[in-house]
Amino acid sequence: MTATTPAEPTQAQPTQAQPTQAQPTQAQPTQAQISAEIEAEEQAYAARPAGTPAETATRRGWGAYRSSVLRVPRNDPHHVDPEGAELWAPCFGQRDVDPLEADLTIQGRGEPLGERIVVTGRVLDGDGRPVRGQLVEVWQANASGRYVHQRDQHPAPLDPHFTGTGRCLTDQDGTYRFTTVKPGPYPWRNHRNAWRPAHVHFSFFGTDFTQRLVTQMYFPGDPLMGLDPIATAVVDPAARARMVATYDHDLTQPEWATGYRWDVVLTGAHRTPREDDLAAAFGEEA
Amino acid sequence: MTATPPTPGQTVGPFFHDALPWPGDAALVPPGRADAVRLHGVVRDGAGDPVPDALVELWQVGPDGRVVQQPGSLHRDGHTFTGFGRCATDRAGSYSFTTLLPGPHADGAAPFVTLTVFARGLLHRLLTRAYLPEGRGGTVDALASDPLLSALDDAGRATLVCDVDGDALRRDLVLQGPGETVWLTYPRLPHGG
Repeated sequence: MTATTPAEPTQAQPTQAQPTQAQPTQAQPTQAQISAEIEAEEQAYAARPAGTPAETATRRGWGAYRSSVLRVPRNDPHHVDPEGAELWAPCFGQRDVDPLEADLTIQGRGEPLGERIVVTGRVLDGDGRPVRGQLVEVWQANASGRYVHQRDQHPAPLDPHFTGTGRCLTDQDGTYRFTTVKPGPYPWRNHRNAWRPAHVHFSFFGTDFTQRLVTQMYFPGDPLMGLDPIATAVVDPAARARMVATYDHDLTQPEWATGYRWDVVLTGAHRTPREDDLAAAFGEEA
Repeated sequence: MTATPPTPGQTVGPFFHDALPWPGDAALVPPGRADAVRLHGVVRDGAGDPVPDALVELWQVGPDGRVVQQPGSLHRDGHTFTGFGRCATDRAGSYSFTTLLPGPHADGAAPFVTLTVFARGLLHRLLTRAYLPEGRGGTVDALASDPLLSALDDAGRATLVCDVDGDALRRDLVLQGPGETVWLTYPRLPHGG
């Protein structure tokens, strides 16, 4: 996640090894300063008065994530009851998504470089019901930590066989499944020597529009996660752990790919979904 | 109540453009259609600067006020109205949808579309509504009796009702600061929406 503008020219001569790397400036905080900000918030949270409920969501205002400073609303959101279309979600079906879009390793003429993985899990609503026939979208960096995106300035190689984007529909059990390669970590400009932990971006719809969720899936044991101003904006340790996939050897396929499981829980629906909600998504099957 | 705690949101980041937009995403109906209406605006940050890397989604009922459950948003056939669209802001922070005016979803209800905004710097998506103004699908009585609008002061209400902009409707989205859009949260969502 770099700034939206291309790298500013620097007065110092860039080195050959880091052709587009901005030189540190006095305004740029260090990882130690950012980590101190994060730890202060974590300690304040751990010391919250007994009986204070655990936080389940990401913090909105999070100063360690510098891009948030001018973008997060100052006012608390206004409470309202859902009405009309808000009680429903958009409907996607077989016309919208080709099943081949769930395999990010077959979009080029050859095999992408990197560690081939399967990522699968169930999408559930807050009452434990599977979210069926719904759109799931993913995007990610390649194995070297580089996005196809034109604004990605990281001098790591692009992979001609990997775009890093995919889609699928959940099945009758709420299960999604993607085949891809494990993304690499990559640097960004939040502070000096800032690196994002390896992650896959995910977009989910529920059965009503208030459940709309865009988030990121992380990998187990990533040492960068605790240093990252985006992942740590989820302060509660249990809530943060819900963004981390589990390695699952039963999903690992011999001679082919390692397997990760990541179940996703949306917020509660405001309307009990009916079986015939599926009619449009599954056509004659519903 | 909620049996299982929800998965937290994370920012959409700056690199979604190859994944989330699709050709025709913002044209819920072809622009040349007689009853097509343009709904557009600028997304601005707390410094008043346009946000060139936001993604806006629109979800609405049809002109008859009924919820649409038609697939095909990602491959529009030119005939089916799906009620859902998506638009990445351009370099000037502008978004623009071509759609049909939503009807009242209940007797006497004020018609609106629901918008969600994603952007780098927003750790979680924002939700709001854009109400149809008087004379363009909205009525004085319906707007005055709307449960949300009637709970707001004039300044807050003004951020939710579209302005008439010639043949189009305009709804700027201010993330933060003066003129900040009234962002919404609903029952069953964690604190902060």
